[in-house]
Amino acid sequence: MKKDMTCIVCPIGCQMTIEEKADGTYEVTGNTCKRGPKYAVNEMTNPTRVIPTTVVIQNAMLPRLPVKTAEPIPKGQIFDAMAVINQVVVEAPIKTGDVVVKDLLGLGIDVVATRTMDKC
Amino acid sequence: MIYDVVILGGGPAGLAAAVEAKNDGAENVLILERDRELGGILNQCIHNGFGLHTFNEELTGPEYAERYIQKVKDLGIPYMLNTMVLDLHDNGNLKAIHVINEENGYMIIETKAVVLTMGCRERTSGAIGIPGYRPSGVFTAGTAQRFINMEGYMVGKEVVILGSGDIGLIMARRMTLEGAHVQAVCELMPYSNGLVRNIVQCLDDYDIPLKLSTTITFIHGKDRIEGVTIAKVDEKLKVIPGTEEYIPCDTLLLSVGLIPENEITRNAGVVMDNRTNGAIVGELRQTSMPGVFACGNVVHVHDLVDFVSEEAVLAGKGAAKYIKGDLDTNVTFTTTNGDGIGYVVPQQVSMKNVEEKVTFYMRVRQVFKDKVVNAYIGDQLIATKKEKKLLPAEMVNFKIAKDVLAQYPAGEIRFVVEEAK
Amino acid sequence: MYDIAIIGAGIAGSYIARELTRYKLDIVLLDGENDVGNQITMANSAIVHAGFDAPSYKLKGKFNAVGNLMYDKVCEDLDVPFKRCGSLVVAHDEYEMATIHELYQNGLKNGVPGLRVLFKEEVHAMEPNISEDICGALYAPTAGIVSPFELCVHVAENAVDNGVTLKLNHMVSDIKKHDTHFEITTNSGTIEAKYVINAAGLFADDIYEMVGDPYFKLLARKGNYFIFDKEAGSLVNNVIFPCPSKKGKGILVAPTAHGNLLIGPDAEPVYKGDISTTTERLDYIKENALKNCPSLPFNKIIRSYAGLRNTPVKDTFTTTDGDFIIEESPVKGFINVAGYESPGLTSIPAVAHFVVEEIVKPMFPAIEENHSYNPKVRKHLRFDEMTAEEKVAIIKENPKYGKVICRCETITEGEIIDVIHRSAGARTVKSVKKRCRAGMGRCQGGFCSPRVVEILARELNVPLDEIMYDQQDSTFILSGQTKSVKEEA
Repeated sequence: MKKDMTCIVCPIGCQMTIEEKADGTYEVTGNTCKRGPKYAVNEMTNPTRVIPTTVVIQNAMLPRLPVKTAEPIPKGQIFDAMAVINQVVVEAPIKTGDVVVKDLLGLGIDVVATRTMDKC
Repeated sequence: MIYDVVILGGGPAGLAAAVEAKNDGAENVLILERDRELGGILNQCIHNGFGLHTFNEELTGPEYAERYIQKVKDLGIPYMLNTMVLDLHDNGNLKAIHVINEENGYMIIETKAVVLTMGCRERTSGAIGIPGYRPSGVFTAGTAQRFINMEGYMVGKEVVILGSGDIGLIMARRMTLEGAHVQAVCELMPYSNGLVRNIVQCLDDYDIPLKLSTTITFIHGKDRIEGVTIAKVDEKLKVIPGTEEYIPCDTLLLSVGLIPENEITRNAGVVMDNRTNGAIVGELRQTSMPGVFACGNVVHVHDLVDFVSEEAVLAGKGAAKYIKGDLDTNVTFTTTNGDGIGYVVPQQVSMKNVEEKVTFYMRVRQVFKDKVVNAYIGDQLIATKKEKKLLPAEMVNFKIAKDVLAQYPAGEIRFVVEEAK
Repeated sequence: MYDIAIIGAGIAGSYIARELTRYKLDIVLLDGENDVGNQITMANSAIVHAGFDAPSYKLKGKFNAVGNLMYDKVCEDLDVPFKRCGSLVVAHDEYEMATIHELYQNGLKNGVPGLRVLFKEEVHAMEPNISEDICGALYAPTAGIVSPFELCVHVAENAVDNGVTLKLNHMVSDIKKHDTHFEITTNSGTIEAKYVINAAGLFADDIYEMVGDPYFKLLARKGNYFIFDKEAGSLVNNVIFPCPSKKGKGILVAPTAHGNLLIGPDAEPVYKGDISTTTERLDYIKENALKNCPSLPFNKIIRSYAGLRNTPVKDTFTTTDGDFIIEESPVKGFINVAGYESPGLTSIPAVAHFVVEEIVKPMFPAIEENHSYNPKVRKHLRFDEMTAEEKVAIIKENPKYGKVICRCETITEGEIIDVIHRSAGARTVKSVKKRCRAGMGRCQGGFCSPRVVEILARELNVPLDEIMYDQQDSTFILSGQTKSVKEEA
C-alpha cells in the first residue's frame, strides 16, 4: 500500500510517499531530514499529536494557563484528553514545565504548563 | 538620561533586538511595550511549532517568548509595560520618543538609536468589504484567539472561517478542541495561505473542509450573525453565479492577511515600501532615518517567528554599531522584485556592514513547482536557489555569500522566478 | 403621568426632548433600541448642509439654512466635533452648470450666506484632487461636517441632565388615546403622557397609525457608504457633491469630522430594517465617486455599511410632497415629526425650536420656564486632540488617561470609563465606539474590543459574556467560558 502525506514535523512540510513492503517494513521517500520517515511510519501505525490547550488558573493575572501534552498522544484520544484537561484547576504561581496533569489517561504522558504565571 | 537604544515593542522582534543590542555593547537599552506584559502576540499563540530553527526544539508561543524574556531579565534590560508611544521625533543625533503610561504620565524619552518592532495587525472585514449585515459574532481570528486562550471565553459554537492564513487554521483546531463546530475554512485563492503542516494538523485531523476558490458573498443576521452565503470564484476571483451555498453559523472568523503597523514610522517620516507596507531597510535593518532601525512584522509579515528573531538580531547589531559610529551609510546595492516575486527585504545593502552573507527574504506571487529563484545584477546571474515548491504563504530565504556580492562594485540585485536549467 | 412622551431617541426626538427642558415639563424619551441614535442617526452622510437645495416654500427650505447657522453654538455647548469645511456641487457640462445657477438662486432665497459659482480653475485651486473633467461648481462656505451620533449622544445626555427620563428598550406596540392622555404600550411596560411627539424615524407612519388614520407613508431608502482610513482623509477639503438629479443628491465624497474620508450614498427602496450592503451597490458607489475624485485610494477603505432614510412618499393619501411633516396631527395632542430625512440633521436645532415654541407651548397655557436649564454638557475630554501640556495635566489628575486602549484612534481608558458613566452612558461595545471612537479606526476593534468588553464588564459590574455588541440579549460577543469547570469567584 502506498500513501502520500505531508510531513508536519517542521514548517517545511515535505511531500512524502510511504509504502508498506511485503515484509511489514515501510519505505519513505520525499523527506529532507530523518525525522520525516519516523513521522510517516507513526502516521501509518499510531498517529500522535501534541495537544496545546489551556486550563483554569486561579489567583493569576489571567484566568487561563496555557498547557500542552509533554509528548504527542494518540490522535484517537485527543477528545478524551480534552475532557480530562478541561476539569483541571490550578493555583498560581505556576512555572513553565510544571506538571498540571500527571499520567494523562494512563498514557504515561504528563500535561505541562507552557508559561510562568505569578500569583497576583 | 539619554538611552543608547530604545525598542518600540516587547514582542519577539523587540526582545531579540534588545538582547542583541545589549550583547553588542549598547549600555542603556530600554523596551517600551503597550500591552500588560512582554511577549507580544506569542502570549496568545499557545500552539506548538515555534523555535525549530532557533532552539532546535518545538515550543509553544509562550515558551518561545519566555526564553527571550528570560534573556532580557538576565541582561538587566529595563522595560516599561502599558506604555504607549505617541510620537517619534528625529532631532538629529538624538531621537525624542513621546510616551504615556498610567504610572509616569507623559514622558519624553531621549535616545541615540531606535528599533521599531511594533508588529502587525489583522486585515478586517471592513477592509475586505464583505457584503451583508454588520452583526456581532464576526471576529478577526487573532481577536478570537485572545478571547479564548487568554481571557477564557468562547466566541461562538458554529463557526465559519474566511481565509486560510495560519491564525485561521490554528483557530479552526483550537475552537474544535474547545467544543465548537467548525463548518468550513473558505479561501478566495486557489491555494492556501497557511503552512501545509497547519492544514494537515488543524483541518485534516478534524475533518474540517478547506474550500479553495471560495468566498463569502453575504453576511446574514442583523443582531448576531446567523449564517453566511459562500460561493465559488473563477480565475479572476469573480463570483461564479449559481454556486452560492448558505451555511448557518453563529460565528465568522477572518484570517485574511496581516498589515504591518507603521503609524509611528510614517508619522516620523521614514521612507516606506508600498510592496511590504513596511519601511525600506538595509542589511542591518537601518531605515532612511539615521539611527532608526526596524525588524520583524513591522517591516514585512513573516510566517515563522524564528525568522523574526533572526531579523531582530540584525537590527540589534545595527543599532549597536550605529551608536559606536561603526555603521556604514553608503548603499552598495539596491534590490528589486522581478517576475514572480512580490517583494524583497532588505531593499538596500551596504557591503561594509556585511559579515559573511546577506539573507534576502522574499515572497512569491503565486504557487510555483520545480522552479528556481535567480538573483541577477544587470544580466549577470549571481546566485540561484532551487525550490521544489514555492508558495506565497512560505517566505523564501535566499542567502548570498559576501564573496559573491563582493565581485560587483554596485548595482541593483533583481530576484526572479525562472525555469530550472 | 408624564406631560410629554417622545417616541424615538434619534437626533429629532432627543433634540426636541432637550429643547423642551427649557420649560418645567415632565418628559419621557422612549426608544426601542438599546442606545440613543441607533438607526438613521447612526448611518448617514454626516453633512451639515448649507441649505441651497430645498425650495423655500417647503419646511426643508425654511429650516435648513437657519439650522445650519445654529450649529456653531450647538456644537460648542454640546462639545461635539464640527467643522465648517464648505461644500462644492460640481458640474461636468453646461446643463449641469445651469442647475448650479438654479441652486445658487434658490440658495439666495433660502438665505444661505457666502454662495459663489466657481470656474474650473478656482475649483482646482481649492481641490487639486477633483477630476479635470469639470467645468465649474457651486461653493457654499457654510456647509459643514459633524459627528451625528456623537451629537445625538450629547443631546440625549444633556436632555437627561436637564431632567428628561430616558427609557431605552421600550419598543412601542400600541397607543390608546384617552380623554386626558395617551396610554403607550411597550415591551417594557405602559407609559402615560398627556401629549405625544412622534419622532420614530422610519417607523413614524406605523406609530401614527396606532392612533390615527394614515395620511402619510414612509419609504425606506437604503444608502451604502465606505469609510476610508485617515491616511486618505485629506484627499478633499470640502464636501464634494455631484450635480443633483431627480434621483437625489448623488454620490458625495466628504471628509469626516474626525479626519476620515466618506463616500456614498446610493438610494435604493428597501424594506424597513434592511441595512445590508451588496456588492453591486458598493461597486456602483465606487464608480460614481470616481467621476469627481479619480484618485480615491480604495485600498484604504476601513469599513462599508448601509443606512436608511425615511422618505415620505406621495400616494393617494399623501399630501406631503416629500417634505418634512412637522405638525400637530389630526389626532389632538399628538404631534408628528415625520418624514424626517435629509436635511433633517442640519435642520434639527431650528426644527426643535419651532416644535417647542410654536406647537407645544400653546398646548400648555401655564407653562413655566426652567431656570436651571443648562445647555452645556460636561466637557468630553478627547486625549488625542489635547496639547502635550494638557496631556501631562490630565494623566496627573487621572492616570487612566495614561493608558491607551484603542491604538488606532489613541483612545484612553479614562475616556472609555467617562462615556460609560455619563448620563445616557455607554452599555455596549458599539455604544462605546459611538461615543469615544474606540474601535472606529483601521483595525476596527481587533485589538481593543477584548479590552473594551473587559472595561464595560468591570464598570457595569457584570460578567464578560453579558456584554453585548449592540442590541440587548441578541448581540452577544462571547458565548460563555471555556472549560466546563465552574470557577469560584
